[in-house]
Amino acid sequence: MELINNWPKYYKKDVVTHYCPGCGHGIVHRIIAELLEEMDLGKQAYLVCPAGCAVLAYHYFDFDVIESAHGRGTAIATGAKRAKPELFVISYQGDGDLSAIGTAETIHSANRGENISVVFINNAVYGMTGGQMAPTSILGQSTTTSPDGRNPEVDGYPLHITDVVANFPGVAYAERVTVASPAAIKKTKKAIRNAFQTQVDGLGYSIVEVLSPCPTNWKMTPVQSCKWIEEEMVKEYKPGLLTDKREERRKDRAC
Amino acid sequence: MSKKDKVFTVKVRRDFCKGCGLCIEFCKKEVLGTSAKLNRMGYNPAEPVKPEACIGCMMCTQVCPDLAIEVYSG
Ligand SMILES: Cc1ncc(C[n+]2csc(CCOP(=O)(O)OP(=O)(O)O)c2C)c(N)n1
Ligand code: SF4
Ligand code: SF4
Repeated sequence: MELINNWPKYYKKDVVTHYCPGCGHGIVHRIIAELLEEMDLGKQAYLVCPAGCAVLAYHYFDFDVIESAHGRGTAIATGAKRAKPELFVISYQGDGDLSAIGTAETIHSANRGENISVVFINNAVYGMTGGQMAPTSILGQSTTTSPDGRNPEVDGYPLHITDVVANFPGVAYAERVTVASPAAIKKTKKAIRNAFQTQVDGLGYSIVEVLSPCPTNWKMTPVQSCKWIEEEMVKEYKPGLLTDKREERRKDRAC
Repeated sequence: MSKKDKVFTVKVRRDFCKGCGLCIEFCKKEVLGTSAKLNRMGYNPAEPVKPEACIGCMMCTQVCPDLAIEVYSG
């Protein structure tokens, strides 16, 4: 008997994460570890963890990981990449981290076209702190701070931060994906691979937004959570390529 | 040997499974079900209930957030 799915080299062996059953963070962690192995980037990899449920990711990944203050991931990533361009720098962030407290860092690092890769886990709530409304919560979504559903007159509208930064010239690659089915997970891996390759090729900022289940705070089973992503969340956040300026950037670099 | 005749063996590492049920939902061959016995963490883990039906499609390993499933050829 031969094992088909070998344990990823850059994921600590036999890890038991603190994530809730069915949480999307675990799926995306596996994808990152697999890609670093497949792309042979593990030795120079440097991942910035967020404040949020992924705060303990340094216990799970088996390569260099640093912790950031809430929302400051891309500022740290900028410093690391500029000081040591040979590093392969990833900023891993939730939606509360990236699109609320970290909005300034997100906007300006993207606008500067920093040569870093951002993995953005959008679960439409503040997971770690108990399911409060996030800028990304969808209209009508019930959270602990919007128990009657998000009301645009009081709470404003869902923030499409990845669409915003995709418009910037410095953002070479942006895609939105989900982890709500095996087929979607394969697409997610492909998108993150493209984002990583963008950095390897020195073409500028890349970001992949992953619509990801938080069954605990959504008060759904993991299976219901996947259905909610596919039936409700994608209506607000349409998956697909948001920008691909890699060829343009390649031409700029050549002249 | 064509893929069709190949034999696959799926194993759930029961003490690493959080019983989320995603693998059970996405296995189209209904190979996996829920164990009646709790594991070390206090979850009812997934377990193969129709192991002979496994076609090695790896849908379960794709969706498992906890890397709790091993699929073997042979
Ligand atoms: C400066 C600061 N303010 C507030 C907090 C509290 N806090 C911790 S995690 C978090 C939100 C996390 O939500 P998100 O980024 O969406 O990640 P998730 O937990 O959903 O993965 C907040 C507000 C903090 N750690 N630091
Ligand atoms: S609270 Fe939500 S985001 Fe945090 S570990 Fe649980 S399911 Fe995942
Ligand atoms: S997907 Fe993984 S954690 Fe969830 S029930 Fe199946 S084996 Fe267990």
